[in-house]
Amino acid sequence: MSALNLSKNPIYDHCFSQDRKTVAITKENDVLLFDVSGAKPSLITTLTHHDKPVTAVDISSDGKIVTCSQDRNALVWEPSGDGKTYKPTLVLLRINRAATCARWAPNGKKFAVGSSDRVVAICYYEAENDWWISKHLKKPLRSTILSVDWHPNNVLLACGSADGHVRVFSTYIKSVDSKPDPSVWGERLPFQTLCADYISNSGGSWIHDVSFSPGAEFLAFVSHDGNVNIVYPSPPVGSEPGVPAAYFEVRTRHLPFKSLTFINDNKLVAGGFDAHPVVFEGSEQGWQLTKSIDDPTEAKKHVQEEQSAIDLFKSMDLKGKSGSKFSESLPTIHQNSITKVKLYSPNSISTSGNDGKVVVFKV
Amino acid sequence: MSQTLRPYLTAVRFSLNAALCVENFSSQIVERHNYPEVENKKTKEILLNPLVISRNENEHVLIEPSINSVRISIKIKQSDEIEHILVDKFTRFLTKRAENFLILRRAPIKGYDISFLLTNYHNEIMMKHKLVDFIIEFMEDVDKEISEMKLFLNSRARFVAEAYLSVFD
Repeated sequence: MSALNLSKNPIYDHCFSQDRKTVAITKENDVLLFDVSGAKPSLITTLTHHDKPVTAVDISSDGKIVTCSQDRNALVWEPSGDGKTYKPTLVLLRINRAATCARWAPNGKKFAVGSSDRVVAICYYEAENDWWISKHLKKPLRSTILSVDWHPNNVLLACGSADGHVRVFSTYIKSVDSKPDPSVWGERLPFQTLCADYISNSGGSWIHDVSFSPGAEFLAFVSHDGNVNIVYPSPPVGSEPGVPAAYFEVRTRHLPFKSLTFINDNKLVAGGFDAHPVVFEGSEQGWQLTKSIDDPTEAKKHVQEEQSAIDLFKSMDLKGKSGSKFSESLPTIHQNSITKVKLYSPNSISTSGNDGKVVVFKV
Repeated sequence: MSQTLRPYLTAVRFSLNAALCVENFSSQIVERHNYPEVENKKTKEILLNPLVISRNENEHVLIEPSINSVRISIKIKQSDEIEHILVDKFTRFLTKRAENFLILRRAPIKGYDISFLLTNYHNEIMMKHKLVDFIIEFMEDVDKEISEMKLFLNSRARFVAEAYLSVFD
């Protein structure tokens, strides 16, 4: 477990490169790239082009960086030879509201950008014109897209929106993709096929994050009601999206989760407004919460023991308060809510928070 | 702290803690705008149900959560005319300085004495539990303040009356 204090501003999204040597974080209107291979993180470069807060950053398997921002644009940054500078290319997103999330497809040939314009833009490179163009997924989206996640076959895309729907679409583009194999999500998959449409049990609380399982046989999503939902699909019938074959809703006593990631097909980690990650385990028979990482209830005891006389006097002197009725900082490592949880290695995760930290936790 | 105040404040603390789960959210309606959705209320799906916690008929708190902002309105106890005037003066004193207060709303919601507007920016630059502590402490202290002022006003009135009327003694 290691914590990197990278910024004084909140980090909305972070992404490690494939070799885990560099990390990209969002900071207001910019994206910062840090070299974290040494003992101390050192700034490599700042990617400056957006003029509104950057909402997401993602690094593809071949090192290209995509950033998107509330200024309605997305940029693809290609590394130049020396690995220190990046060349931006504007993407023709054709949206006129904020872009909220961006993810590369696993093969790095396409990426998806969700937006407040109630569309998901699927972007791909067009060699003839030498730019990134996009196709829109529109129907039946009715609200802001808060998260997207790719199926390993590079064609299916899951997206969660603020009206409580989780949908799985096909993003098959003839010139880019090879024909996908039939799966539980469907057989024939032309562009904009709605393969699945789920709504959380609480009836439409915002879907903060959605993720396919590593085997892509099912998906999980976190909603604002504080639950983690796991859905096993059944194939669509005709043009109708499939109904869930099994649906598990894990109720927790935690504040809502902002993000989740799978460790393997039987284990996932979620983190959010409680500022510490929580592990869930299960299978097709059922899922439950198994443990908390960096648990504040255990850390609290430790802190209270360390309260010394000098601290008491200090608090009386500075704040006119005696005793430690309200503790100064949270007992967890993250001092504010976690904004993103991502897989770091097969048995660890990385989290970024509103407190400007990126932390790697062992699971 | 009186017997009924403690559960009231605890209820407010836990509700605030749950309501203050806010994130940066850009407007769905106006291009390139980012405003507190609870002030505009045009986008229905990102507003949560408002909540009233009341201690008695003339003391209650209204919490209106949304995806990127929470509005908290407080009705302060006013049992008589003097307290009514004192609360009015006190809240006016504060709202005039709303600029320096960050989370204070310039005008209270109708039917309430003072309103706070907490947005995701406040939640990012300040610690959430401290924000909640502040609101709770404010609620705790404002009653004390008002009753102290009332006592002071009464004793001053008595003193002034005595000074004036001593002439006719």
